[in-house]
Amino acid sequence: MDFGGLFVILVGSILVNNFVLSRFLGICPFLGVSKQVETALGMGMAVTFVMTMAGILTWAIQVVLLDPTSSIFTMMGIENLDLRYLQTIAFILVIASLVQFVEIFLQKVSPTLYQALGVFLPLITTNCAVLGLAILNIQYEYNLLEVIVHSIGGALGFSLAIVLFAGIREKLEISNIPAPFKGFPIALITASLMSMAFFGFAGLV
Amino acid sequence: MNLKHLTNGLIKENPIFVQLIGMCPTLAVTTSAENGIGMGLATTAVLIMSNVFISILRNFIPGKIRIPAFVVVIASFVTIVSMVMEAYVPALFESLGLFIPLIVVNCLILARAEAFAFKNGIVASTLDGIGMGIGFTLALTILGAVREILGAGTIFQFAIFGAGFKPALIMILPPGAFLTLGLLLALNNVIKARKAKEV
Repeated sequence: MDFGGLFVILVGSILVNNFVLSRFLGICPFLGVSKQVETALGMGMAVTFVMTMAGILTWAIQVVLLDPTSSIFTMMGIENLDLRYLQTIAFILVIASLVQFVEIFLQKVSPTLYQALGVFLPLITTNCAVLGLAILNIQYEYNLLEVIVHSIGGALGFSLAIVLFAGIREKLEISNIPAPFKGFPIALITASLMSMAFFGFAGLV
Repeated sequence: MNLKHLTNGLIKENPIFVQLIGMCPTLAVTTSAENGIGMGLATTAVLIMSNVFISILRNFIPGKIRIPAFVVVIASFVTIVSMVMEAYVPALFESLGLFIPLIVVNCLILARAEAFAFKNGIVASTLDGIGMGIGFTLALTILGAVREILGAGTIFQFAIFGAGFKPALIMILPPGAFLTLGLLLALNNVIKARKAKEV
């Protein structure tokens, strides 16, 4: 097994190609739920969980159902059935049902965590980081192990960015900002500076 | 016919500058004015079709499962649009890449389906789709144009400065996206404050 390759994928997805700051995936929750470190952490946890599950599940769907070279239909002898054009619909349905499932599951198993995550759970369906990750996994032609590492790395990168950002925004709340920049403009400029800082990781892998 | 539905999305409720939704493609693909227009038009097409379709079906979709139903409708139209783009504008399709399938999770489309198309008739929903779509395209084009001028010294790939101009590469890199949008929003606030003072 090639641990070096896996490590490169992990570091690459957390720092170099950070999902939020260099790929622009998951900007809505990044701007929307980053007013407090605590809620940002909750969002990060929920996203990490869903993204890892969704990454594995969508990869399995692609291999078993959609990709004609390995699909179950080809094995059954049905030739020329290329279902790859259904990728977008299939993936978003998987993600939507997964989020619903996680919601029900958490409600039963751990009501405290469910309470803590609250409204963030259903919002994850429209977090483009999740669908983006699923499509990227297929584009890069990763195998199962690489998919798992890339999914966890991407999710951790998202959590890292949103928690750091929330920390800065908490400080911004009490600082003296020119009136036109109050609220979103200064938040975006902060994000821009963070993105520049993350550029420093570019030579890492 | 109520023209207010059409003009609402342009400036007063502009999806990007006022409502701040649909940010991911906004920041990611606006490295040039051309990409901005392309992404804006693709999103507009999906938005109009999904608005029309959902407003037709609004009496048949049970309220409880409306979100999954919306998502399936939107995903189908995104698939159609992406196939059409791959066939007729392959270069644009290549440069927008990942963000074409990601139109599905553009909050703007789902938000209009939920907040407008599910409650209004076909004509109003179509107008709303066109208005919001054009507002979105307009914002993306402005953002793309600013970044292209500063970051590459061109507009729609025509060089506008002399050979001595040194473009600020940072503007077409990710930090430039956040920076440009932040400054444009601040500018918007300044204009709004001026107007409020005059009145």
